[in-house]
Amino acid sequence: MMLRRGIPGLTGLLLACLSLSSCQTRPRADLVLCNGAEPQTLDPALVSGQLEGRLCSALYEGLTRRDSRGKSIPAAAKSWDISPDGKTYTFHLRPDLRWSNGDPVTSSDYRESWLRALHPNTASPYAEIFFGISNAQEFNQGKSTAESVGLQTPDPLTLRVQLTHPLPYFPSLTSFTTYLPVHQATVTKYGDRWAQPGTWVGNGPYRLLDWKINDRVSLEKNPLYHSPERIRLQRIDALAVTRASTAFNLYSSGQADLLLDKGLIPSLMLPQLRGRPDFHPGPLFATYFYRFNVTRPPFQDVRVRRAFALAIDKETIVERITRGNEPIAQSLTPRGIADYEPPEGLPSDPTTAQGLLKLAGYPEGRGFPRVSLLYNKSELNEQIAVEIQAQWKRVLGVEVELRNQEWATYLRSLDELDFDIARSSWVGDYDDPNTFLDCFVTGRGNNRTGWSDPTYDSLLNRALAEPKPTKRLQLLASAETILVSQALPIIPLYHFVGCLMFDPNQWEGLYPNLLDEHPFSEIGPKGK
Amino acid sequence: MLTFLTRRLMSSIPVVLTVLALCFLLVRIAPGSPFATERALDPKTKAYLEEKYGLSGSLPQQIIRYGSNVLHGDLGDSLKFRGRTVVEIIAQSLPRSLLLGSIAFTLALGLGIPMGAWAAARHNKTPDHWLNSIALLTLSIPTFVLAPVAVLFFSFGIPLFPPAGWGTLPQLVLPSLCLALPFVGVCARLTRSGLIETTGADFIRTARAKGVTEKTLILIHALRPAVLPLVAYAGPLAASILTGSLVIEEIFAIPGIGQFFVSGVMNRDVFLVSGVVLIYCVLLLFFNLVTDWLTAILDPRIRAQS
Repeated sequence: MMLRRGIPGLTGLLLACLSLSSCQTRPRADLVLCNGAEPQTLDPALVSGQLEGRLCSALYEGLTRRDSRGKSIPAAAKSWDISPDGKTYTFHLRPDLRWSNGDPVTSSDYRESWLRALHPNTASPYAEIFFGISNAQEFNQGKSTAESVGLQTPDPLTLRVQLTHPLPYFPSLTSFTTYLPVHQATVTKYGDRWAQPGTWVGNGPYRLLDWKINDRVSLEKNPLYHSPERIRLQRIDALAVTRASTAFNLYSSGQADLLLDKGLIPSLMLPQLRGRPDFHPGPLFATYFYRFNVTRPPFQDVRVRRAFALAIDKETIVERITRGNEPIAQSLTPRGIADYEPPEGLPSDPTTAQGLLKLAGYPEGRGFPRVSLLYNKSELNEQIAVEIQAQWKRVLGVEVELRNQEWATYLRSLDELDFDIARSSWVGDYDDPNTFLDCFVTGRGNNRTGWSDPTYDSLLNRALAEPKPTKRLQLLASAETILVSQALPIIPLYHFVGCLMFDPNQWEGLYPNLLDEHPFSEIGPKGK
Repeated sequence: MLTFLTRRLMSSIPVVLTVLALCFLLVRIAPGSPFATERALDPKTKAYLEEKYGLSGSLPQQIIRYGSNVLHGDLGDSLKFRGRTVVEIIAQSLPRSLLLGSIAFTLALGLGIPMGAWAAARHNKTPDHWLNSIALLTLSIPTFVLAPVAVLFFSFGIPLFPPAGWGTLPQLVLPSLCLALPFVGVCARLTRSGLIETTGADFIRTARAKGVTEKTLILIHALRPAVLPLVAYAGPLAASILTGSLVIEEIFAIPGIGQFFVSGVMNRDVFLVSGVVLIYCVLLLFFNLVTDWLTAILDPRIRAQS
């Protein structure tokens, strides 16, 4: 009797859930890709991750944009003029720009969006990327007004930017996510919730169709985009998938067309995948490195830091652990920037390492205090740490304790310099060595080593003021030599590689590139 | 009954509030900031964000502020998913976990009870041993092994079901089976042991002596008291299975609520964690209530006492 009464109730509950969870068959998007974790936001001023940046570059258009080979090309700005001193850029906007709600896009939109990202109350994680603009840093720190920031709009189609120093890479910087424009009236009207389906307004090649938490972000072609004929895909679904095996299963079963991240490919399968035509590896502008806390003994002594750096055999790490054909890193800046030759760094040299440790007062590691190596919890970090721990023990005779912390605790330990040696990585934001080297200027928030060198700071400042590109890159290379060959607050270990997976007979417009930029607007079915 | 329900509901309110306060406190005293990223955060910006999200002031002040907001129906904003309220996240994710959990729960009981009854009727015979072994096996295989093996066989070996994803009915099959299977074993064992114990009771012997058939004996007379341990187990099971499973949701890319228990803690997203704990707590209290009610229906002795 009870069972008979229970069945309709249970069926009702199931049906209710079925309808609530919109579990129905829907047409497949033209392109389905695994995009990594759930996007934290689609507000470009608040974005700090690559997966959100990828979606934002489809939803908004900056003054410039990256093409499918990572090269910076004109976008909303059809052209720009540079003053003779290299410090004033005048951008000329295309006259046919429209927001997705039909409003015209003007130079004021760019100025207001940049000021919004700079405003302290926006709390943009990337506000410092504007600091090359005059008075931007002061405004961000609440020391000056918006009017004093070097942004002028003489007319609706002209934006004049006054820089503190000549920045030859400034036009390419305007393609960066934080520089993307937002529709100010929409932001004002809806507050924090403006970047959601139904309220969102943008000016990119795609518009936001749907966003289901932990499921997918659906984009559809924006009919008001200035060059709609260029866009070949009507709808794109970016799936939120964090587990590599799941992403790979989706790809293998044809439910996803594209994997855009090496993290979405099971590392154990990399050797088997290497020969397949749908596996596309390429270098990335990112480096895995260890940092020392130079404020504590024994790493206050540069000889100890040098000994630790020389004792590492980096080849073993990339051959046995990472196994993705990663190039070993002797410098912090990866190779691939035109005209920039990173310093040679330090090769593996166990004999010199032992000699240096002896000179520092620890022959064969005797009397060396117990130090720890901090890393955030991940299988790869642990394997690398175990290998390096063994190498230091073998070569230098020192005991290094491994200290594993989960992400938030690890970040706090880094910020508070509560470590001896710590794992780190850095991904370049723009194609210039400055994106790496600026981190280690005295007092920078990302320094996180306690290291300070007036010569290094001065070289970076001189490079900032230097109008000649060749001379500027030489100054940066000299600074990097101090960082990776002399003072050694860090030990670069290897440069990351990116891996794309897609069927080259089915898709075109995708090329591995240093900045890992793959604009959706250039992807299309092959031959169509 | 109404008095009983009212009393239980009233006593649940302080339980829920205490759980919420403890949860909030534990996440807040854990080292690390919800606003930290790999890029350094300016202390002023951090202070502004803490003020904006109601995380400034002393811990008791924060807890009181949060408790007051909860009582007004505001579970706060997610600190990681900017621009999303906790209510919005739960409203989108919970129905998916409820759907998957309901199917798994129905499967666990629907397969477990008949299996247990069948084995009990063949107590100490070969089918009973076989079934015991199978139940033990389903109990012992962890989900993170079971699910990839199921995908390997039923998505790639024999391509019957999709390996992951959400949106179509075939996509529900493998995750709900994998979620249910360990509980099928538990339900089968509980039913079997309950029935074996009950069938040895005096009233069953009497019924058997009166000539009642074995089928009627088990289904009508013995099953009802025998499922009491199962009912006690099914209450907490329902709460846990309906609020999602991190492993199943990750392996099958199910956009449910289960993942937020862990990712929320990792991100120190205190409002999100407290929100999902609130849901779990309410469901647990509700199913405990249902369990008590069902026990009273099934066992006349308890009814008589109350």
